[in-house]
Amino acid sequence: MTAVADAVETTQVVSHLNPPPSYDLADYPVPTGREEVWRFTPLKRLRGILDGEASDATLGWDTSVPEGVSLSTITADEARGLGELPPNELPAALAVSRAGGATLVDVPDDFDSEQPLAIRLTGASVDDLVWGHLVFRVGRHANVTIVLTHTGSARYCASTSFLVGDGAQVRILSLQDWYDDAVHLGRDSIRVGRDASVRHTSISFGGDLVRMHANVEYDGPGGEAELLGLYFADAGQHLEHRLFADHNAPRTKSKVTYKGALQGQGAHTVWIGNVLIRKVAEGIETYEENRNLVLTDGCQADSVPNLEIETGEIEGAGHASATARFDDEQLFYLRSRGISEAEAQRLVVHGFFNDLIRRVGIPSVEEQLLTTVEAELARNLLKET
Amino acid sequence: MATLDIKDLHVSVTTEDGDKEILKGVDLTIREGETHAIMGPNGSGKSTLAYSIAGHPKYTVTGGSVTLDGPDGRADVLAMSVDERARAGLFLAMQYPVEVPGVSVANFLRTAKTAIDGEAPKLRTWVKDVNSAMEQLKMDPAFSQRSVNEGFSGGEKKRHEIMQLELLDPLVAILDETDSGLDIDALKIVSEGVNRFKAEGDKGVLLITHYTRILRYITPDFVHVFVDGKVAEQGGPELAEELEASGYDRFVKASA
Repeated sequence: MTAVADAVETTQVVSHLNPPPSYDLADYPVPTGREEVWRFTPLKRLRGILDGEASDATLGWDTSVPEGVSLSTITADEARGLGELPPNELPAALAVSRAGGATLVDVPDDFDSEQPLAIRLTGASVDDLVWGHLVFRVGRHANVTIVLTHTGSARYCASTSFLVGDGAQVRILSLQDWYDDAVHLGRDSIRVGRDASVRHTSISFGGDLVRMHANVEYDGPGGEAELLGLYFADAGQHLEHRLFADHNAPRTKSKVTYKGALQGQGAHTVWIGNVLIRKVAEGIETYEENRNLVLTDGCQADSVPNLEIETGEIEGAGHASATARFDDEQLFYLRSRGISEAEAQRLVVHGFFNDLIRRVGIPSVEEQLLTTVEAELARNLLKET
Repeated sequence: MATLDIKDLHVSVTTEDGDKEILKGVDLTIREGETHAIMGPNGSGKSTLAYSIAGHPKYTVTGGSVTLDGPDGRADVLAMSVDERARAGLFLAMQYPVEVPGVSVANFLRTAKTAIDGEAPKLRTWVKDVNSAMEQLKMDPAFSQRSVNEGFSGGEKKRHEIMQLELLDPLVAILDETDSGLDIDALKIVSEGVNRFKAEGDKGVLLITHYTRILRYITPDFVHVFVDGKVAEQGGPELAEELEASGYDRFVKASA
């Protein structure tokens, strides 16, 4: 065994929150809704995705690929051979099993470009059931920005892997900007190379039901992962984000910050932040935070941070979760300067998300994200005035 | 002309033990060009007066009236919303300014100025005005990119309040314990800002303070001693000197 492999702990750790990974569908009982991992999700609104019907429908692909990056098609076995994180939940296992192969996006060693690698996936109709399997392989010391946008409508269930080479610097943005009726079950799994740094941002605005899972593991010591998220749930929308940072190597870091806003009857958001610190993972740092702003009556925000620690030798570990309505004192302060109530609310929400959007680190999308937040606000909050 | 007229103002707050009357009939008239100091012991209702005039939702007015005579005629302050009062020409410099994360000072100031004036300020003159206000208050230019009041020191918060006073340029300014927690240098800088505002000539100032210290830098025309929810005594600047020498005891005893 090499020194690096010695520093990674791969044995199973029994945790009810993160069942053991498996490609075998038989290992995943059909959910009833009472399971810990499914209890927040309205199964009926999955529109039968978990029945796992075969389908060869696809999403429209619109790509902007910087020079040096290549796209190709590989088999599911080849994807497995590349070292993607095996599925650890039914939707990802179904996606890998049903997609009939994966799209491999190859970013070579030492790649360095300002131009984002952008892929826009567009669904034609919610009647289409689409299985997705994507593998992004980022070479050693590469520096790349990946923007994955989901629009239109579909029932989309996908496994997306990011295999990040040693010393690479990667920014990933997954934007869920679906039509109102779309259903999206997605798992983004990230394998962070030695001394590599990954910033993954998941942003959900659209869709009837969106359930995203971001999963991080480390290939060796010194890896850093920052997981950011922003979601804005309108009336009737279910937006769920599940995080799992598996500290399986020493001196690794994870930092999770998710912020959400809810408005309108039946808007429901779920945030589950799981962090596991294994025995081998000495000297790691982790912090996870979820903040929700409830803008109107009739909304529900569930927020559950979980931290499992198996070693006492850690640098720092913590979490925070807060769900609140508008702060009356903030609104009073702004209004006492002549700013109308609606405008004051707009400013507060703008500020709430602004901090996070600035941290995404992809200047070309910052403005667009702020504009979308404003548009979301205009749909409900500002409509009353 | 600008006159703030407070007549027989009664204000209550809701507590766990029921409604509690804090202001028990306040009469006060602030005409243009006048600076009034309200002094009083802790708990006498000074801040309640300030926040009630500004319209804080915590306070319920149970009697009396507050009117503001301005260039556009007489306004019934109590009938207006918080932001309408500000647009009518009232400004409250707060004792504890509130943090607004993610909203830059520059964005906040421009939004407030636009709301007060009813139109966006002309970019070139506005940038100049903001820069000169910051310079006069000895604030770092990087300040405008920070989030409103977030991580500000006590002195920075108060300077930021006075910067807003100068840029928003109201008819009547209410300063709620702007002097508390300031070192002497910051107190001087803040006082100079208030004096520049006063020097415009047609402004009213209501200065609420616990200490006489700030009155060495901002000279009041009238001093009111506030005890148990109303004005117990009023006079000229010499009243402040008496308070400096002998404290509030005489007034507190008289009201008890």
